[in-house]
Amino acid sequence: MMIGQSVSELHERLVRKDVSSVELTKAYIDRIHSVDPTLKAYLTVIEDQAISQAAEVDRKIANNDGLSALEGIPMALKDNLCTEGIRTSCASKMLENFIPPYNATVTDRLRGAGTILLGKVNMDEFAMGSSTENSYFGKTRNPWDLGRVPGGSSGGAAVAVAADEAAFALGSDTGGSVRQPAAFCGVVGLKPTYGAVSRYGLIAFASSLDQIGPLTKTVRDNALVLNAIAGYDPRDSTSVAYDKPDYTKFLVNDIKGLKIGIPREYYGAGIDPDVAKGIQTGIQTLIDLGAEVSECSLPHTEYAIPAYYLIATAEASSNLARYDGVRYGLRAEAEDVLGMFKKTRAEGFGQEVKRRIMLGTYALSSGYYDAYYLKAQKVRTLIKQDFDKAFETFDVLLSPTAPTTAFKFGEKSADPLTMYLSDITTVPINLAGIPAISVPAGFVKGMPIGMQLMGKAFDEGTLYRVAYTFEQNTQYHTLKPSLSGEVLASVSR
Amino acid sequence: MTISREDVEYVAALARLELTEPEINEYTEQLNSILGYAAMLERLDTDNVVPTAHAVPLHNVMRGDQVGISLNHEKALKNAPDGEEGFFRVPRISLT
Repeated sequence: MMIGQSVSELHERLVRKDVSSVELTKAYIDRIHSVDPTLKAYLTVIEDQAISQAAEVDRKIANNDGLSALEGIPMALKDNLCTEGIRTSCASKMLENFIPPYNATVTDRLRGAGTILLGKVNMDEFAMGSSTENSYFGKTRNPWDLGRVPGGSSGGAAVAVAADEAAFALGSDTGGSVRQPAAFCGVVGLKPTYGAVSRYGLIAFASSLDQIGPLTKTVRDNALVLNAIAGYDPRDSTSVAYDKPDYTKFLVNDIKGLKIGIPREYYGAGIDPDVAKGIQTGIQTLIDLGAEVSECSLPHTEYAIPAYYLIATAEASSNLARYDGVRYGLRAEAEDVLGMFKKTRAEGFGQEVKRRIMLGTYALSSGYYDAYYLKAQKVRTLIKQDFDKAFETFDVLLSPTAPTTAFKFGEKSADPLTMYLSDITTVPINLAGIPAISVPAGFVKGMPIGMQLMGKAFDEGTLYRVAYTFEQNTQYHTLKPSLSGEVLASVSR
Repeated sequence: MTISREDVEYVAALARLELTEPEINEYTEQLNSILGYAAMLERLDTDNVVPTAHAVPLHNVMRGDQVGISLNHEKALKNAPDGEEGFFRVPRISLT
């Protein structure tokens, strides 16, 4: 089926005039109409604009003007990426009616690359969560098992790609929010190096940790999308002017002699033995292909969760101070301005967001700053040094992306700490600022698992090389969830 | 270290959050549980460790002093809950 194909396959078909961009766009919109009432990946679908953008590309094709890699390809954006004139809600009541007056840099760049925006996809409110259950607009279902979460916070993005509701999507990753849903839904997800992709127009959660990354069906597609979105942007003060390569140049089916480290701390308590076994099979595949694999240690890993949740919430409490009912977003009525601030924030934020604002405000408050926030920043240094040391020996590090497969709705939402602990394999990467990719690596009881590859800062190329080689020698990425009418009808809408 | 109800009320005031009674109870319990877990950081000796604010070294970025494209008044006010004559309008600042 056309909509199930990769970006590079669709590009070939557009070039051959085997299909038009309008036909392709309409096929995705039809797919959204048929499966999304059940899956609920989308918060906003913009049919007319998508079709008219596709018609522009078709005129170009008719004139034989040449077609770049992403031109005419329909995609979705996480609803924390600003889109001028199109609601950007962050899945929050606070921004339920917010229509950005400008585009995020990634929105501009993808538009410039000729992609077709199909709509905006669901997420945990303000990207705070690991299951997309924290969305103000309701839960998104995992296409592999409709009773399970898609992961989070970029759950809608992962589902849109896995269920063929978009050719690719962009998410954001503060502590695993691209990689974990990619793993839970059986797609490829990259968190680029901090500073590689501009954050301008990404609604801020934790500014020293946030990065935007692509979710795709294949490793090649991922490299194509990164080519389009990465690179220096003067509008983001943390954007890095690095020498951006053509990432598709790294897509070679060869890892002979590459040194891969297996950090033993990532296989500790909480890792499902079946997931660990699945990853072990993946490691054996890489050994058979010529990689030199050995165990290593990242000794401060267990401290990453508390350090992350103190730093991320401290930054969030500061970033979310802007939602005060004055310039945009919700306003609650009150007699004076202080009352208005307090009521607006009480009504506009959901439970998890309030909890994190409280935690972060506490960690930054007078008398506790040194004990919590500063301490966490020092521990962040130790975690980063662990990685620096490991990368003196290894080209990449490998672990499961998540300790388990997708969990059931409600399974972890009652206790916040249990939910936080499920991020143990992803948060250290954000603290260190390095890139990491999740690739499909098998199934446990019918649910996908992801293999995470971690690399040196700005060495996404080597991650792509290993991920591509693994993908070319396995079949996991070719399997699709069954979304027959019968399956869709099995849950109430 | 334990966090009391009063601590939670104080932090909520700092964060400009009006909390309900059940929320105060819930957050008192949960902040204790989360910060209790975070206490493990005390096991690490970090006396001689430099804190990391950003994983990538950052430098001050200055741009040229040139007028560029920026939001106009109309666009900047478009999402405002209340506005008047090109300004954001808010309730009175003080009741006294």
